[in-house]
Amino acid sequence: MRLIADKIDCERGGRRVFSDLSFTLGSGEGLLLTGANGSGKTSLLRLIAGLGDPAGGTFSIDGMDDDLAIGQRSHYVAHRNALKTALSVEENLAFWAKFMGASDVAAGIERGLGLFNLDHLASYSAGLLSQGQARRLALSRLELVARPIWLLDEPSVGLDEASCKQLAAAMNSHMDKGGLLIATTHTGLGVSFTKTIDMSEGA
Amino acid sequence: MKIFLALIARDLTLAIRQGGGVGMALGFFLAVMVLLPLGIGPDLKLLQRIAPGALWITLLLSVLLSADRIFQPDDDDGSLELFSLGLMPMELVALAKAIAHWITTGLPLAIAAPALGVLLNLDSSLFLPLLAAMGLGSMALSLLATIGAAVTVGLKRGGLIVSLLILPLYVPVLIFGVAATAGQNAMPGVFGSSLLILLAIALACLVLAPAASAALLRAHMK
Repeated sequence: MRLIADKIDCERGGRRVFSDLSFTLGSGEGLLLTGANGSGKTSLLRLIAGLGDPAGGTFSIDGMDDDLAIGQRSHYVAHRNALKTALSVEENLAFWAKFMGASDVAAGIERGLGLFNLDHLASYSAGLLSQGQARRLALSRLELVARPIWLLDEPSVGLDEASCKQLAAAMNSHMDKGGLLIATTHTGLGVSFTKTIDMSEGA
Repeated sequence: MKIFLALIARDLTLAIRQGGGVGMALGFFLAVMVLLPLGIGPDLKLLQRIAPGALWITLLLSVLLSADRIFQPDDDDGSLELFSLGLMPMELVALAKAIAHWITTGLPLAIAAPALGVLLNLDSSLFLPLLAAMGLGSMALSLLATIGAAVTVGLKRGGLIVSLLILPLYVPVLIFGVAATAGQNAMPGVFGSSLLILLAIALACLVLAPAASAALLRAHMK
């Protein structure tokens, strides 16, 4: 499958953030978005996920025969972790696995917990997690169900060195399996991306 | 369907663990019902006459009390964005949230109403009509509350606006709810027809409220 962005314009609050942005991303490819604060990295990810409408241009997917939207094929991990502090680590994952339509919820949870070695915290309340642990839990959603597109907004913020390596391994294996990866970062993620777009240039 | 039930189950778990939901609404209901007879005085006839109206008004206010929290927590932690990337349309997400709100707020109050009505010398022949009318009416109230909650989801402290927006929509429920529970002496033969109108209101809300809420939530995220 291929993800095609065609001449995307983005406006936020009447200000043109970027314009005329085009790229094509095929199976197994990764796209890195870099650029200064406010250059539109997060905005672009949101537009791809369908959480907003571009001021101009279109996103499309080819090579798929069902009619799911791009967002429904995507894992989107943004700054907010979407965790409920009153639920345990395992319950949080179980809910998202069910919500994203996992066929085998238990296996999904096991993969999710395994991604960042959160097994020993499974019954722990998510409200007691440290910042980095909560981030790891949010990223564990990536393994709950298989979705071909990963949209990661500064995924490594707050992670320790070992977790960063595990995240890089997960991203590499996702691309090896033919998945698409689009990530933003300021720090480098330890993954070799096929393409890089410096968002500052378009502004 | 599994996704739908998973969302309701999560909301119920959260409501029970975090308190605020069932406890707050019931506590408010109980407080008003205890204070009202003290404030009005021991006139049993008067209390009996105002009992259905007092119970209904308290029910409306209890539902309003938690209305602005229907979508707010999910918006704050980013869950709402993920809902819109799910396989289930936003309309069903809104419906699931409304049902969870009803189960944690309206339904317990409807069940508790006859018992608390005793404090107001409520006529015992009204227990069942009250339970039926409040059960149906509070379903409509929760559905309408999701519209108000969806309008103000981006606002901090949106509670007052929610109340102002949806109070007018609550008026028909109040009118027919009170009519259904006024008793055979005051309004003979009105119970059945009022209950049917309440049912009609609840069914109309069941169709319209999720669609309206979903449209508002989508607009909010863009």
